[in-house]
Amino acid sequence: MCALNVANQVQAGAYSGQPIVNNFTIMAATKNGSGSQTSNNVLVLSLFRMGIPVNGKNLFPSNIKGLPTWYSIRVSKDGYTARRVTTEIAVVFNLDTAAEDINNLPPGGVCLLPAEWKWTQSRQDIVYYELPVKELMAKTDIPSDFRDRIANMVYVGAVAQLFGIPMDVIYKALLDNFNGKEKPTKMNYNVAALAYDWAKDNLQKRDPYRFEPMNKTQGKILISGNEAGALGSLWGGVSIVAWYPITPSTSLVDAVLDYKHLRRDPATNKETVAIVQAEDELSAVGMIIGAGWAGARAMTSTSGPGISLMSEFAGLAYFAEIPCVIWDITRLGPSTGLPTRTSQGDILFAHFLGHGDTRQICLLPGTVEECFEFGWRAFDIAEQFQSPVFVLSDLDLGMNNWMGEPFAYPSQKINHGKRLDKEKLEEFFAKYGEWYRYKDYDGDGVGYRTVPGTDHPRAAFFTRGTGHTEKALYSEKSADWVANMERLHRKMENARDLLPPPMIDYHAGKKIGIISFGTNEPAIAEARDWLAAQGIQTNYLRARALPLAHAVHEFVKQHEQVYVIENNFDGQLCQIIRMEIHDTRHVTALTLGDSLPMTPDWIVKQIVEKK
Amino acid sequence: MPPKANIGKTNVLGLERADYKGLTSTLCPGCGHDSISNQIISMAFEMGLQQHNVVKFSGIGCSSKTPAYFLNGSHGFNSLHGRMPSVATGATLANNRLIALGVSGDGDTGSIGFGQFKHMIRRNVPIVYIIENNGVYGLTKGQFSATADEGQKLKYYGENPLPAIDLALEAIIGGCTFVARSFSGDAKQVQTLLKAAISHRGTAVVDIISPCVTFNNDPQSNKSYDYGKKNEIPLHHIDFIQGGFVPAREEITVEYGEGEVIDVNMHDGSTIRLKKLGRDHDPRSRARAIALLEEAQREQTFVTGLLYYEEPRPLLGETLHLVEEPLANLSDDQLRPSREALDKLMHAFM
Ligand SMILES: Cc1ncc(C[n+]2csc(CCOP(=O)(O)OP(=O)(O)O)c2C)c(N)n1
Ligand code: SF4
Ligand SMILES: [Mg+2]
Repeated sequence: MCALNVANQVQAGAYSGQPIVNNFTIMAATKNGSGSQTSNNVLVLSLFRMGIPVNGKNLFPSNIKGLPTWYSIRVSKDGYTARRVTTEIAVVFNLDTAAEDINNLPPGGVCLLPAEWKWTQSRQDIVYYELPVKELMAKTDIPSDFRDRIANMVYVGAVAQLFGIPMDVIYKALLDNFNGKEKPTKMNYNVAALAYDWAKDNLQKRDPYRFEPMNKTQGKILISGNEAGALGSLWGGVSIVAWYPITPSTSLVDAVLDYKHLRRDPATNKETVAIVQAEDELSAVGMIIGAGWAGARAMTSTSGPGISLMSEFAGLAYFAEIPCVIWDITRLGPSTGLPTRTSQGDILFAHFLGHGDTRQICLLPGTVEECFEFGWRAFDIAEQFQSPVFVLSDLDLGMNNWMGEPFAYPSQKINHGKRLDKEKLEEFFAKYGEWYRYKDYDGDGVGYRTVPGTDHPRAAFFTRGTGHTEKALYSEKSADWVANMERLHRKMENARDLLPPPMIDYHAGKKIGIISFGTNEPAIAEARDWLAAQGIQTNYLRARALPLAHAVHEFVKQHEQVYVIENNFDGQLCQIIRMEIHDTRHVTALTLGDSLPMTPDWIVKQIVEKK
Repeated sequence: MPPKANIGKTNVLGLERADYKGLTSTLCPGCGHDSISNQIISMAFEMGLQQHNVVKFSGIGCSSKTPAYFLNGSHGFNSLHGRMPSVATGATLANNRLIALGVSGDGDTGSIGFGQFKHMIRRNVPIVYIIENNGVYGLTKGQFSATADEGQKLKYYGENPLPAIDLALEAIIGGCTFVARSFSGDAKQVQTLLKAAISHRGTAVVDIISPCVTFNNDPQSNKSYDYGKKNEIPLHHIDFIQGGFVPAREEITVEYGEGEVIDVNMHDGSTIRLKKLGRDHDPRSRARAIALLEEAQREQTFVTGLLYYEEPRPLLGETLHLVEEPLANLSDDQLRPSREALDKLMHAFM
């Protein structure tokens, strides 16, 4: 309705209808490597600082320079952060995609583009603002080698003027973006300010879109999932990181590098965190398994192709019961698939990664707060269960900036699990008269371990992938093999309700239950509101760990209709649910796996259609 | 005789040789690998190693089974085929006080693990890396390995058409600072080289020709016992003088004369004393060591001994500027920054 009003009068002159405030999406189409990242970060940060709920998503190509990239910024006075299908405002700065980008605008949409293109304004139902980018840049004294990269600041200034971002907020955001360095800040700011002034003097506002300050982000932080995971790991006591570069996991290790100084020994100025760039993922995971075995907290970070390479070691670590943490920032497809697009396609593979008869513990963060929390918890869990722990994030969560609450300091002390040092080993011998590495003394499937270097004549044991007895001795006896497998099974059954529990929103009487995990969270939250507005009431469970908690089983049984919503093609979580629950005739997988973050539009459509 | 560590029935720790044994071997009787295990036991006993400070690593293969057959008092890790170097890298980073002993095979190192072998050396991981080299895959029943010589014949697999990879040469080219070759039939030399290797700071590669009596022991094969016994050319008479003992230099120079003895002084105060035998080889020259091995390859000669020695480069943990104490032993305070640090950091993201 509103959009039509706009469409009717866009070319007529100043807009006089109802303004649309803090509830739209603005997108910048640029070329990869053109420096637009600074411009986009600054816009997001500025809006966040204005107190407006905001989420930025970078849709970038697998390319270093030249291919098209789109950055979309959603502002939502109601606090929604999911991707939207519609983009009302397009900053069209890439000639290669301009026609398509303009075509995609809805009636009443707005297009900002360089004036020097002399673009034919063929759409009557949108607003065009032409910005004299070249001319403005010529007025600056910016050295020519910086000029192209900084030209994107022109749209920052124009957006600020047209839609309402105070320039002092832009300045502060730039300063923070450049870590307080004034020189690049000023260089960028001057261009933005020039464009702002030009827009003020030369453009007449003909659209309804406005940013207005709110107070909805106060006390919140803006951070990417990968940074959050890195910080969580540092607070979790990681001391060895071995990795091999791969998008979208690289920025997690980069963030460990950026913040490892927080763990530097103040007395000697030496590091307590070792970061080794391995020769491949085979080696990266081997290193963390060696380190975990020797008693350090060790992790790696990778994505699907790396996980594939790690499978033999993952099976060994599961079977030899060695703690370590593996972050998988999932992307789409095989090597290379769509390496810069998001996916939830590794969950089934990761859960069963190894030689067969393995059930790996997986944590499933859905928010930046959980990336931090699972970052530290993963090490406790790995030591508690003496097993690898996979943390499955994804590109959308990992590489984009999200609003969140400031991270809560770990709520429990570091837990090394059943690890016997010299004194504890002596106590153990005093109590039991023996110590066998793989014997289930407590009935929970978890034995007591020692680490090398323990100064005790009976601390040693032999770690192997071969069949072994509870004394860690080589054995090919079927009975020994089966007894060991039964203990491992017990251990994982026991883990179900000791891992991060699912988030559940349940009200008796609602017949439809939604189950999901990870970054579908914002789309589901919004979709549920839309559905409720249409009279479709839903309960919701977001799984946060595998093996699944019994609460998930319960939830499935509590509903007449269950939808398992996932961003992969085959409905992998749904398959796990079907494996574990006897009657799942009322369970339907709603699967997407189209390389993009999920939208509420899609979810609502699916559920309404299925009803 | 060099001064021995007063070895009688017990060593400096009051332990007997039997205390350093492992479980009973399950390898074929006569397998070269078992002789090497025996020398490892003798070395550890005579050097008075604290077993709880030693860690044993291996990949997969008959050779890689052997860590179960020595040093029962040490933690051991029989890992994956070719990927022991990464496990040892992680473990020694986690605890820099551990003395690491790795046992691999020629298949384990020369094929599936070639990349890890090279990168372990490049990083200078502190480990004695023993290759029990028999020119075949023993455990999978007699296929050629990458160290088998061109033209070598095997029962089921015919003649090897490809040139051999010389793992000692690869180690030197890769930047390894201690590289030796020996023969499992030369017990004394194996033991002495192992003592020197374990005193080295950094990766020490010891490539030991170790006949597979089941699949590659035809006297024609240059990895066989007969061949080794007949053709081994030790470069030097080699003695190891453990740090702390005063080397009896005079006695030896009288016997050998100036210029015929090379004392390689090691970082920990030990000395490797090399007495010239048939040919001139100064292991402190990289170019000479490479030339020696290339010549040996060309002329099919079996030279053994200390091939190359260099002042050690910094260890991986030093390169990474790590704290002195083992990462595995850090206190909770060292592992977790404070609440204040987190609060402060959170403000930077607001
Ligand atoms: C990934 C993988 N591939 C193949 C094997 C099978 N395998 C076991 S031992 C071995 C070769 C061992 O040869 P070598 O290292 O020379 O040891 P040897 O038995 O001769 O001492 C192979 C191929 C394996 N264990 N793992
Ligand atoms: S097969 Fe060869 S290498 Fe293996 S144990 Fe027997 S003799 Fe030794
Ligand atoms: Mg072999």
